[in-house]
Amino acid sequence: MNEEIIIAGFGGQGVLSMGKILAYSGVMQDMEVSWMPSYGPEMRGGTANVTVILSDSRISSPILKMYDTAIILNQQSMDKFEPFVKPGGVLVYDGNGITRHPERKDIQVYRVDAAEEAARMQSPKTFNMIVLGGYLKIKPLVSLDNVMLGLKKSLPERHHRLLPMNQAAIERGGEIIYKVEA
Amino acid sequence: MDNKKDIRLMKGNEAIAEAAIRCGVDGYFGYPITPQSEVMETLMLLKPWETTGMVVLQAESEIASINMVYGGAGCGKKVMTSSSSPGISLMQEGLTYLAGAELPCVVVNVVRGGPGLGTIQPAQSDYFQSVKGGGHGDYKLIVLAPASVQEMADFVELAFDLAFKYRNPALILSDGMIGQMMEKVELKPYRKRWTNEEIKQMHPWATMGKPAERERNIITSVELDPNAFERFNHKLQDKYRKMQEEEVRCEQFNCEDAEYLLVAYGSSARICQKAMELARAKGIKVGLLRPITLFPFPTREIQALLGHVKGILSVELSEGQMVEDVRLTVEGKVKVEHFGRVGGVVHSPEEVVEALERKIIGG
Repeated sequence: MNEEIIIAGFGGQGVLSMGKILAYSGVMQDMEVSWMPSYGPEMRGGTANVTVILSDSRISSPILKMYDTAIILNQQSMDKFEPFVKPGGVLVYDGNGITRHPERKDIQVYRVDAAEEAARMQSPKTFNMIVLGGYLKIKPLVSLDNVMLGLKKSLPERHHRLLPMNQAAIERGGEIIYKVEA
Repeated sequence: MDNKKDIRLMKGNEAIAEAAIRCGVDGYFGYPITPQSEVMETLMLLKPWETTGMVVLQAESEIASINMVYGGAGCGKKVMTSSSSPGISLMQEGLTYLAGAELPCVVVNVVRGGPGLGTIQPAQSDYFQSVKGGGHGDYKLIVLAPASVQEMADFVELAFDLAFKYRNPALILSDGMIGQMMEKVELKPYRKRWTNEEIKQMHPWATMGKPAERERNIITSVELDPNAFERFNHKLQDKYRKMQEEEVRCEQFNCEDAEYLLVAYGSSARICQKAMELARAKGIKVGLLRPITLFPFPTREIQALLGHVKGILSVELSEGQMVEDVRLTVEGKVKVEHFGRVGGVVHSPEEVVEALERKIIGG
């Protein structure tokens, strides 16, 4: 098993922390993992992205050109990364603010309207966990138990009271994601 | 998972800080700069002065940091600093004085793109500065090139071991990619800091106070008698030759049957591992040699492959620096070319394969 993922969106959407939680879940499941962020001024607004790799064996390059899965959370990232999903790969996106929807026919496209759902759940900060839940429904590489362990490791202890809310968001993401037929 | 092991997910920079505390470092002196600021940030968060007694001090500049290192090292203490390219340039005077005074210490360079203030993104363009001395005079640093977060942690201890073994500064040459990425890392158990008694015993040269039975120790790099200073320079060179004989470390992947060889260190070696996988899938017999020590350079290890290797591509995030050492090693026996993106741009594995095909196989 080797899953190469790009997660991309605006700074502040929780792109990097979502990647970190996914990576930590992999550690909890005894996988090899890498988390390589775009770092720099784009953290303060602008686009942010992170490459996460989960694997059974030693990971070579943490920086990639083509991805098994792209999780896309804004239009700029759609324009930038849609071409770099491997043929047969998966593209997961949130439709909020998307003006040009995915056009490729050789990949599987899924939509998870997490921003809308987070607003409905009145917990905008769990947006990224809804997206993560959607992704894990499509690619159940790590168990929910290990995701929760990873989340616990990633969150400072003072935020641990938020764990149930995040678990609810992850589960909700799995319920609302749907396949966009080509 | 084995619960007894301390396994974490962390950034390379954070691993440096954790490893420093755990291997019993006495003092860290630094000044913040991207992309290595997490080293001091992590140390400040972990507050080792409350547990192991390690000093963590933000100096007023990089020049002050390296001179604080000089002072601590002169007392036989395990001391270190870290910075990124422009800050390391500021430290070059201090480094040549440390080498001249034969003082052990560890310096971490999390390289960013230059020249000048440059960019904050990863680069490997400080190779020459690191392995050819860097400051004035005939001296060398021991240079270790980690390619993973685990090695960022492990090489802190290794760098101190080598630095004290040879009484010479050791440099961990990393970059923004290895510093900023997170991977799984297994942390070693805590080791106690040396006591003053232990230091006096192990390092009789250290300035730990003058006992009645011997002359005082002097830490200096000045010698006004040219003949004496020539003898001192020869002694330094003997030390560097011994390092070249005994301390070379490298890792080889698929080199046994390789017709073509990639030579790459640090982050580029990671990218080249993937490039090698892609090329092998296309039927190209390519191997990868990853120098772990850049000084001493794995000269013999590369030469041993020349019987079957027809061409070598040196892959670095620079305009071509390590390639010169590869060419010196190969002595014209096979074709050697360079490939690398610069200025903070990182090459993809696909670009490396394309360069190998264009510059070495087809060229």
